Amino acid sequence: MVFESLAGKLQETFKKLRGRGKLNEKDVKEAMREVRIALLEADVNFKVVKEFINRVTERAIGLEVLESLTPGQSVIKIVNDELTKLMGSTQSKIEFSSKPPTVIMMVGLQGSGKTTTCGKLGLHFKKQGKRPLLVACDIYRPAAIKQLQVVGEQAGVDVFSLGDKLSPVDISKAAFEHATKNGNDLIIIDTAGRLHINEELMEELLQLKESIKPEEILLVVDSMTGQDAVNVSDSFNNKLGIGGVVLTKLDGDTRGGAALSIKAVTGKPIKFSGIGEKLADIEPFYPDRMASRILGMGDMLSLIEKAQSTIDEKKAMELERKIRSQQFTFEDFLDQLQQMKNMGPLSQLVDMIPGIKTGKLKNLEVDDKELVKIEAIINSMTKKERQDPTILNGSRRRRIAIGSGSSIQEVNRIIKNFEQTKKMFKQFSDMGKDFKKGKKRLPFFS
Amino acid sequence: MDKFCKETENSCDSYNKDKKQSIYQKLKHGLSKTREDLSKKINSIFGSFKALDDEMIDELEEILITSDIGVETSIQIIEKIKDRVKKENITDLSKITEILKEEIISIIGEKVNTLENSFPKIIVMIGVNGVGKTTSIGKIAYKYKEQGKKVIVVAADTFRAAAIEQLEVWSRRINVDLIKHQEGGDPAAVIYDAIQSAKSKKADVVICDTAGRLHNKKNLMEELKKIFKVINREYPEAFQEILLVLDATTGQNSIAQARAFKEIADINGIVLTKLDGTAKGGIVIAIKEELNLPVKLIGVGENIDDLQDFEPKDFVNALFIE
Repeated sequence: MVFESLAGKLQETFKKLRGRGKLNEKDVKEAMREVRIALLEADVNFKVVKEFINRVTERAIGLEVLESLTPGQSVIKIVNDELTKLMGSTQSKIEFSSKPPTVIMMVGLQGSGKTTTCGKLGLHFKKQGKRPLLVACDIYRPAAIKQLQVVGEQAGVDVFSLGDKLSPVDISKAAFEHATKNGNDLIIIDTAGRLHINEELMEELLQLKESIKPEEILLVVDSMTGQDAVNVSDSFNNKLGIGGVVLTKLDGDTRGGAALSIKAVTGKPIKFSGIGEKLADIEPFYPDRMASRILGMGDMLSLIEKAQSTIDEKKAMELERKIRSQQFTFEDFLDQLQQMKNMGPLSQLVDMIPGIKTGKLKNLEVDDKELVKIEAIINSMTKKERQDPTILNGSRRRRIAIGSGSSIQEVNRIIKNFEQTKKMFKQFSDMGKDFKKGKKRLPFFS
Repeated sequence: MDKFCKETENSCDSYNKDKKQSIYQKLKHGLSKTREDLSKKINSIFGSFKALDDEMIDELEEILITSDIGVETSIQIIEKIKDRVKKENITDLSKITEILKEEIISIIGEKVNTLENSFPKIIVMIGVNGVGKTTSIGKIAYKYKEQGKKVIVVAADTFRAAAIEQLEVWSRRINVDLIKHQEGGDPAAVIYDAIQSAKSKKADVVICDTAGRLHNKKNLMEELKKIFKVINREYPEAFQEILLVLDATTGQNSIAQARAFKEIADINGIVLTKLDGTAKGGIVIAIKEELNLPVKLIGVGENIDDLQDFEPKDFVNALFIE
């Protein structure tokens, strides 16, 4: 398949390297040819790829491959290290001014997602206790102001606009006054999308920058951008001196090579990533995690963090005790479902699990609606039934089916699934014991 | 961003003057950046190479790949050039540009592809988020309006905030009818209403906006299917023209988009937007090669008449001619 993920591609390449004994120059070069094609197909810029390959090849042919790791493992490690290095090794945050309001200015090409990102950032900082003010300075695109007003309302954040007759400089100055008066400690300015080679409009941005003196200029870039990502980010950076980048539409199936290119060319960190259509779908960008995701190791850390922030720790411990003692009931199951719902759409979670090749998942659509159905069925059970599923006879099942608006077959299927899950949990907990004794090894660490 | 919204009237008045010439000029202008880059690069190669060696092949590969043509297609083109240099015993390496042009033309075809002249017709614009669907609709509606056709635009993007208002501004600007429902409404229902209205008003062209959707979101793609079902059932007499809008700035993901949308819709052609930047849009060559989808229109600027027919020869010439 041409459109396998970069992760899948690299995994394939390294499979060839595994178990071949020590690496020689020829093996490394062969692997690097594959890595090169994979990176180019992932839209990483040609020059960036060239440098990357040279650096990794240099490191791979030499001492490091002779260490205790298997040859495949050491190459993965080197590629991973270099990828991480390329994307910047630390996560960056927004610097807030000691004298509020802090001003953030959003810039970028048309259709990269500036207005939506303004709404997302507004909500993000509102959750952190800030009082953001969104400012509508896109005076060109029809209904752009209206769009910002709508997302502002959805996010519960104030929006400032003066129509499309005044200049962005005048609008933002008035917005600054408005913010100072109304106690907004953060100003997020939406600007019109523009081409990086449109001198007149780039000049407009420069004037805006000079008059409002923003603490932060964020360049919004579509993660699907191709080879041109380098020119775009370089031009914006040269003209305006951007502070960072927001990478949007990462919930698509793009391999996102643009992320690598932008970082390599501008040296500026990617600070946030847009990961869905909802306003809450924004998260900090973690370069190291992205690197391991590219390598097919999954975005394990993101997953763990997501789980930690939504799953009640006490409940989790109680659950573990129950699983071990085989007392897992439908009530716990329901609890689990609700916690899972808090973690976000299932499809997003699946993306983060390591060892699952994106290609394989193409036909497996995780449907959140299925969860709603399961919940309805469990909710239609009596307390007694939930605690002791063995009493679920024919007439009880029929009643549950009617109560939840589903068929008896569906009810049967859920009960069967539940029993299987219970069994699976038992195996897991047995396996856990074996792990501790070192009997078994995780399949992907062989 | 639609800068011309402030100068619409001017551009409308001056539109018909020197139309034929302006199309080529605009295209040339829009692609001039590409042209300069490529010829500069190719010339610099000729300056330093005496034979078609590995280093020169690498350079050719760089030119093609940085145009977003894609690794596979680039390799294919280069293989063909190598073959021809050998077979035709070409020693004058300055001919490489001509050979490159010929090979690219042989992939995209010489035929000029443009919108079909069958009326009544219904156009549906589809694509991922932010490629320029709504703006392109404004420009296409303007084209037909200029030809004296009765045009209806349909705000079937009921999802994105203010998408309806955006199309509304356009419909007022070019003075065509707009059919809309509330934000969050059923897109298929809006299109149903539009078809009824088109029938009673005897409209020539109905142009439907749809919400941008990432092609890997199954539920949203299903929603599109429903739209086509309504059109097939309610408006069989109309010629259907389904246009996939692609952003020239997008890289290899465009192929994935084209493939996924092609699976659920009988796409007639591609509208390639934002060619007035530095992006080369080479991906359309790979898309033609792999999926046989022709480009019908290209966006080369922000003025209302900056959506042009795609003329392969001009396109390639503008890429390579000094």
